[in-house]
Amino acid sequence: MIPAPFDYAAPNTLAEAFALLEQHGDDAKILAGGHSLIPMMKLRFASPAFLVDINNIPGLSYIREEDGYLRIGAMAREADLDHSELIRSRYPIFTDASKLIADPQVRNMGTIGGNIAHGDAANDHPAVMLAMRAEVVISSAEGQRTVPIDEFFYGFYMTAVQQNEILTEIRIPIPPAGTGNAYHKLERKVGDYATAGVAVQITVDGKGFCTYAGIGLTNVNPTPMRAARSEEALLGQKMTEEAIAEAARLAAEDCNPSDDLRGDEEYKRAMVGVLTRRMIHKALERARR
Amino acid sequence: MKKEITVTINGEKRTAEVEPRMLLVHFIREQLLMTGTHIGCDTSNCGACTILVNGKSIKSCTMLAVQADGKEIITVEGLATTQGLHPIQEGFHLNHGLHCGYCTPGMMMRAVELLENNPNPTEEEIRWGIAGNLCRCTGYNNIVKAIQYAGAKMRGEQLPSTEPEFV
Repeated sequence: MIPAPFDYAAPNTLAEAFALLEQHGDDAKILAGGHSLIPMMKLRFASPAFLVDINNIPGLSYIREEDGYLRIGAMAREADLDHSELIRSRYPIFTDASKLIADPQVRNMGTIGGNIAHGDAANDHPAVMLAMRAEVVISSAEGQRTVPIDEFFYGFYMTAVQQNEILTEIRIPIPPAGTGNAYHKLERKVGDYATAGVAVQITVDGKGFCTYAGIGLTNVNPTPMRAARSEEALLGQKMTEEAIAEAARLAAEDCNPSDDLRGDEEYKRAMVGVLTRRMIHKALERARR
Repeated sequence: MKKEITVTINGEKRTAEVEPRMLLVHFIREQLLMTGTHIGCDTSNCGACTILVNGKSIKSCTMLAVQADGKEIITVEGLATTQGLHPIQEGFHLNHGLHCGYCTPGMMMRAVELLENNPNPTEEEIRWGIAGNLCRCTGYNNIVKAIQYAGAKMRGEQLPSTEPEFV
């Protein structure tokens, strides 16, 4: 399969990239890791007339803690998460997720920014970012703006990133002591999209009461989804088996999965319930460490 | 509309004109005429087209040739030297790590990076490490053994005898 013809440029600076996006308008598409876009172009689901390859722009692939945030440059690869000592020691939720994203070769190319900017509810990072209440930094020739993750996903493949803009960074508030997080997705085989996936971040105080709850769901709603009622059910509560079961029940009730080859609606709801319960337990276990 | 690109492939510098839509695997096979890199599924699932670009294993059916401009590429043709087979090739040969051979070039190129990142992987790490490469003949057991053999050889360890025993 060969994509439809297009023209291509690989600028070395963001300024040049913005100029190209300006010049080509809706005909242009940004090429990051390319492992969603190129398959879509090969299938002719997408046929942009111009590709702006941002892989040659330096300084967009960092992973570091700074000013109270974990900052991830948009071009950091999934493999960079796998190999980052900071991530492995302090943010196990990303290690959970990256191990389940596609396969090693795809992770060598696929970027965190692209995983989010693609706006696909089947991708894994959106749910993780929802659980951690990330902010997305969007840049353009006019400057930068920051969008909370809850206002980022507009609809199927639609996000807050406008035609003349580029997603450049994801910022995650560094969680306080007493925090744990975890992610898991049910997949039919290695590298598959999620049948259902659940990301959880929980903070508990010294007395065992929940002071923060973040729960994001993968591929069980037209857009990446926050399990808001589950979070509310946990906040301020002692983390008992009953409270956890109630949060899991609400997540299963509130998601909107559709029947497909990965399972029917009832099955997916049940799996959201099971995974929510398990991920809360895993997050709590990690919070205690 | 064609772009001029220069790549270093298996140590040799090559310059060519390509359409931006040309996939890297087609460039390697049809323009550079190096057919060791296979096309299997053409959908970034099977890993038959795996090559190294700047030392990272990637699926060349899901990269454009223009993206490889200025990069260093190694394909299966670049593994053996005048001194002989690469340890991974030797491992596949001695451990019967292939039946039909279609997945083998991609499997070996992936294994090269796997051992580079993790010179002494556990069996589980090897199996996760080749999760992006499909083999429909071997059942993977001998592929895992082949990679273990290559790892041991590259670490300079005593190798188990793999000579067939004739009784």
